[in-house]
Amino acid sequence: MSIEVSMKVNGKPVSAEVEPRTLLVQYLREHLGLTGTHVGCDTSQCGCCNIHLNGESIKSCTIFAIQCQGQDVLTIEGLAEEDGTLHPMQQAFWEHHGLQCGFCTPGMVMVACDIARRLPDADEKTIRHELEGNICRCTGYQHIVEAIESGIKAMNARG
Amino acid sequence: MYEFNYHRPKTLDEASRTTKEAEDGQVLAGGMTMIPSMKLRLASPSDLVDLADIDGLKGITIGPDTVTIGAMTRHHDVHTSPDVQKAIPALAALAGGIGDPSVRHRGTIGGSVANSDPAADYPAAVLGLDATVETNTRKIAADDFFTGLFETALESGEIITAVHFKIPDAAAYMKFPQPASGFAMVGAFVAKFGGEFRLAVTGAKDCVFRMTEMEQALAANFSADAVAEITIAEDDLLADIHCGADYRAHLVTVMAKRAVALAAG
Ligand SMILES: Cc1cc2nc3c(=O)[nH]c(=O)nc-3n(C[C@H](O)[C@H](O)[C@H](O)COP(=O)(O)OP(=O)(O)OC[C@H]3O[C@@H](n4cnc5c(N)ncnc54)[C@H](O)[C@@H]3O)c2cc1C
Ligand code: FES
Ligand code: FES
Repeated sequence: MSIEVSMKVNGKPVSAEVEPRTLLVQYLREHLGLTGTHVGCDTSQCGCCNIHLNGESIKSCTIFAIQCQGQDVLTIEGLAEEDGTLHPMQQAFWEHHGLQCGFCTPGMVMVACDIARRLPDADEKTIRHELEGNICRCTGYQHIVEAIESGIKAMNARG
Repeated sequence: MYEFNYHRPKTLDEASRTTKEAEDGQVLAGGMTMIPSMKLRLASPSDLVDLADIDGLKGITIGPDTVTIGAMTRHHDVHTSPDVQKAIPALAALAGGIGDPSVRHRGTIGGSVANSDPAADYPAAVLGLDATVETNTRKIAADDFFTGLFETALESGEIITAVHFKIPDAAAYMKFPQPASGFAMVGAFVAKFGGEFRLAVTGAKDCVFRMTEMEQALAANFSADAVAEITIAEDDLLADIHCGADYRAHLVTVMAKRAVALAAG
């Protein structure tokens, strides 16, 4: 049984016939070809699949596409500007070398933007705590935390 | 994951009926337990009934003696509610300690309470604060609600609509989190109502339970010392890859002490 689903992804209206069991992340990657959102686990713990739903970070592997009917989804592909200018948080990850293999990075950046929105004064300790749901197997987190601190400042300055 | 039929009813009656009439119907709230369980094929409902479009299941109301939280209210909303932070700060803090921010943006109190995971946090607050669980058909006292491992007093098609928490004079929750998930290896919720105390423990047995011996000791002496020597037998405590029954028994006293020290602050 397939159901029609429509939503907005990165500002553009999209719709498709999906099975109810299609996860949002499958819809994004396999139907829309937006492969920036990664899948790193089956247990909702790694955070690689984080996107924003109506402006809030969520794990796209733990929600069905049909649950997002009529809603607003932002993925990592939607952060940079049309001309390729990076979002301040992406720029901060670049400058502070907040990644090694890059597998966790899309989820890290999406959650980092959410932290900046909710906690614009977040200090290092808070940032580490907020990253509870994002696992990185490479970096040891040091540069990720530095990147987020700097990215939050840049986002605050941008207003 | 196996296939299922998806329903998104507009009313509670329809949701209850659809759940009951399906071969194996289950309601879907935040999906933070349901969907991982389905991926692992630990759950394989024939029909999922999404509560997202039903009016009146979300929100927080503060009364003179109670805080009422709608079943579909997310952990994030309880954590960040200035009203809850003021009326029952321990409850707001507990909600903020569940999982991670993205889990809190989806997971709901109704789902957590209905699930009765032995390591879940909310059940400790429900039992510790002598809450009442309201459903589409009745009101259930916390003492009668949690009946076993992932078992509650809920009947087929019964849907939680709200949880009513009594506002205590003082309360605190302390957990020893399992590092990977944040779930409680052991958690203790203590609450003071006049001269009476309730102390609920999660994570240690099949489901949340009260430590009545500690409650009585606290009525005589509201301090961490009062519970420091009270231990629990390890016989029927949980043992798993995270820790054995002996360690959990040890944690029960330690978490109770910490919670009482914080509440007595
Ligand atoms: C990575 C991760 C970390 C987590 N860490 C913690 C933690 O530290 N502490 C903790 O306590 N929990 C934790 N959880 C679980 C989380 O709190 C879930 O949100 C919660 O247990 C279930 O709520 P839900 O709204 O997501 O329910 P769902 O997953 O949608 O449903 C769970 C069950 O409850 C039933 N149900 C849901 N709503 C109702 C209702 N209104 N009436 C009747 N039945 C209902 C469903 O049919 C299902 O059986 C974690 C989850 C994840 C994925
Ligand atoms: S893939 Fe979603 S949390 Fe791991
Ligand atoms: S950079 Fe490799 S997992 Fe984080």
